[in-house]
Amino acid sequence: MTKAGLIRLVLIAAFVGMLEVMVRVGRIDALTMQAPHKMGLDLYAMLVSGKLNKAIAKTMGNAAIAFVIAVSLGVVSGLVIHRMKRLRETLDPLFATYYAIPVFAFYPLLILLLGLGDAPQIFIGVMLGYVAVVVNTLNGLDRVPRVLLKTARVHGMNPLETAIKITLPSAAPYILTGAKFAVAYSLIGVIGAEFIMSTGGMGYEISFAYNNFDNATMYPLIILILSASISINMVISRWEKSLLKRRGLQ
Amino acid sequence: MNQPHIRLTDVEMIFSRPDGSGEGIHALGPIHLDLRHGEFFAVVGPSGCGKSTLLELMIGLTSPTKGSITFEGQPINGSCPDGIGVVFQEDASFAWLTVRDNIAFGLRRTALDRREQDQRVENALAMMGLVEFADVYPSQLSGGMRQRVCIARTLVTQPRLILLDEPFGALDQQTRLLMGDEILSLWRKTGATIFLITHALDEAAMLADRIGVMSSRPGQLIDIVETNWPHGRDSRIVEDDAFGVVTARLWRSLRVESMKAIGKTEPRR
Amino acid sequence: MSPSNLRLAVNMGWLTLAVITLWQGLYLVIGDIALRSPLSTLQFTAKFVSTAQFATHLTETSKAFVLALTIAVAAGLAIGFLLGLKRFASDVFEPFLIAIYSVPKITLYPILLLVFGLGLSAKVAFGAIHGIIPIALFTLNAVRNVKPVLLKTARVMGLSSAATIRTVIFPSALPEIFAGIRIGFSLTLIGTLLGEMFASQRGLGFLLMNAIGLHNVDVIVMLTFLLTGFAGLAGIVLLLVNRRITAQA
Repeated sequence: MTKAGLIRLVLIAAFVGMLEVMVRVGRIDALTMQAPHKMGLDLYAMLVSGKLNKAIAKTMGNAAIAFVIAVSLGVVSGLVIHRMKRLRETLDPLFATYYAIPVFAFYPLLILLLGLGDAPQIFIGVMLGYVAVVVNTLNGLDRVPRVLLKTARVHGMNPLETAIKITLPSAAPYILTGAKFAVAYSLIGVIGAEFIMSTGGMGYEISFAYNNFDNATMYPLIILILSASISINMVISRWEKSLLKRRGLQ
Repeated sequence: MNQPHIRLTDVEMIFSRPDGSGEGIHALGPIHLDLRHGEFFAVVGPSGCGKSTLLELMIGLTSPTKGSITFEGQPINGSCPDGIGVVFQEDASFAWLTVRDNIAFGLRRTALDRREQDQRVENALAMMGLVEFADVYPSQLSGGMRQRVCIARTLVTQPRLILLDEPFGALDQQTRLLMGDEILSLWRKTGATIFLITHALDEAAMLADRIGVMSSRPGQLIDIVETNWPHGRDSRIVEDDAFGVVTARLWRSLRVESMKAIGKTEPRR
Repeated sequence: MSPSNLRLAVNMGWLTLAVITLWQGLYLVIGDIALRSPLSTLQFTAKFVSTAQFATHLTETSKAFVLALTIAVAAGLAIGFLLGLKRFASDVFEPFLIAIYSVPKITLYPILLLVFGLGLSAKVAFGAIHGIIPIALFTLNAVRNVKPVLLKTARVMGLSSAATIRTVIFPSALPEIFAGIRIGFSLTLIGTLLGEMFASQRGLGFLLMNAIGLHNVDVIVMLTFLLTGFAGLAGIVLLLVNRRITAQA
């Protein structure tokens, strides 16, 4: 563990400790927040009782599906758009402003098109993550050294082979950056939709718990989502770092 | 063999302007050149004269606007012919593969069995002094060693013609001289025809049997110098008096062209 | 107009045309049950924006957004600079920022509501936390990556720290800082709107949420159109400013 890492651990511990103290002392009232240790206990109880396993599985499962679709579609789109300069130029302003579009407003439309099941939420998760993957893939493709492409041609590789054996490995670290965004966005898309439309899943449960002052359920769920998100991100970051390290760029 | 190994006839390269307007940019030619089997041929010329374009034409990455190129009697047509290997100026090693895998990549197009492939890779590693680095990643090697990996990758295909585009451009002078020795010994071992592009006159003078001097853009061959060096030479040839003569002749031909390239003219005396 | 800006305008034209065509096409397929045609949306918008009701909601959202953006930019720049200038501080804190950036902040929403209560402060907080992180991260990286040779030159010229920051570091880092601000702008906007959707009885976000609940297709389509249009226009303006800045860098 590096010195910086140790300090981070200390800071986290201090922050949690401070929260604990403030709740105990009454600076933060129990209605707003519980003591961190109680959150931990509630989380444990919740997981053990399995009460919310269905909701958790639903949300995580849908987010995972949205993630996979967003990344695969995004990478393929990136490869295609990269070869078509006019198209890319036209789409650039769209990419630049995409994330201010209130994507959730499309939700009712999607329900009408795709029914009341999980499809609309997954679609929104994909819509959110897709552009991040495309933008980062394009960035990675831009940075493939031209000499590698020349080498591919010298070795008689067709475009598909070149894309798989040379372009993608070369652009991999940047694609992973896009994938990290897709993780967050799939979760946001799915959970946000669950907030709005109350169709079950963790978002719904959090909203329900909030409305019923049920902090014992609400906080554990929030912690669960935050931890899942952060851990997946860390795993992908590790992978990204190891790729960069191998190339002497880290 | 009387037939030239590679023949360029009336080759010209004219690029169209990016905005599609007016006359094209006459980058190269007309060039006539015959390379003899097994010779070591170097090309020198001022920047922008089209040396790299010439190389890309010879490996089939681009087609000439006019003229034709034949390799071993067959025309070159849009793809890199079997039997030609190339080492580019920039580092073309694959950062995500080990040295061994990088070299083995060269054998993609061949239909050799596994044992033969491994044997060739081991030979290439030995020839380029990379045996102890076989399982290392290119980023852990110096620039010179990465170029050696690229050379090894070319060698595994046992090419009959090897083109090198300023392969030692990024290296310091001393390393360049030593790499030059390595190229010479490689040349003798493989018996391949070598075509080297370099901006360093002393390097060309030291290494080559013949040196082509290119004019400024549009590049044409304005002189071909025969060095008549012994086949078994190495970098110590620089101590030979004849070396100075060759270099001087190259510079005489090049000086005016180089001035043109940087936009100067000979001051009136 | 410069050639690249002209190209941008042309591309925007094509994009707008494509979007409108797609929209009309979708409308023809789906019908009034869930969509409105571009034309009727324009008419409805024209009527609606002149009402007093719209003006109140618009003011509410604008207030919240401007506040949130100011906080996001000011705090983001401050954090970014502080961490960017001190190597060790950035080593320690950058992973925190990245972790927060990667987390679906919508999850934190109930906590913010509990802390700030319903109303303006919750919205502003939500908007601000969306925007602060990217601005801080981009600024941090921009400052950290100022070419060492420029800093050495400043020292040789005897510039004070303040002068170095003002005349060397800031201008050099500005293009990347601005890229962060552009992202922060979009994210703050969406954050403020999301905040209004859940925590307010006023504002355009609330209007949208309300319309979704009542299945008022006219309002839903109009608001989506307006908000997307605003985001798009603001985005273009920022893009143009960004180009100006980068050209000078």
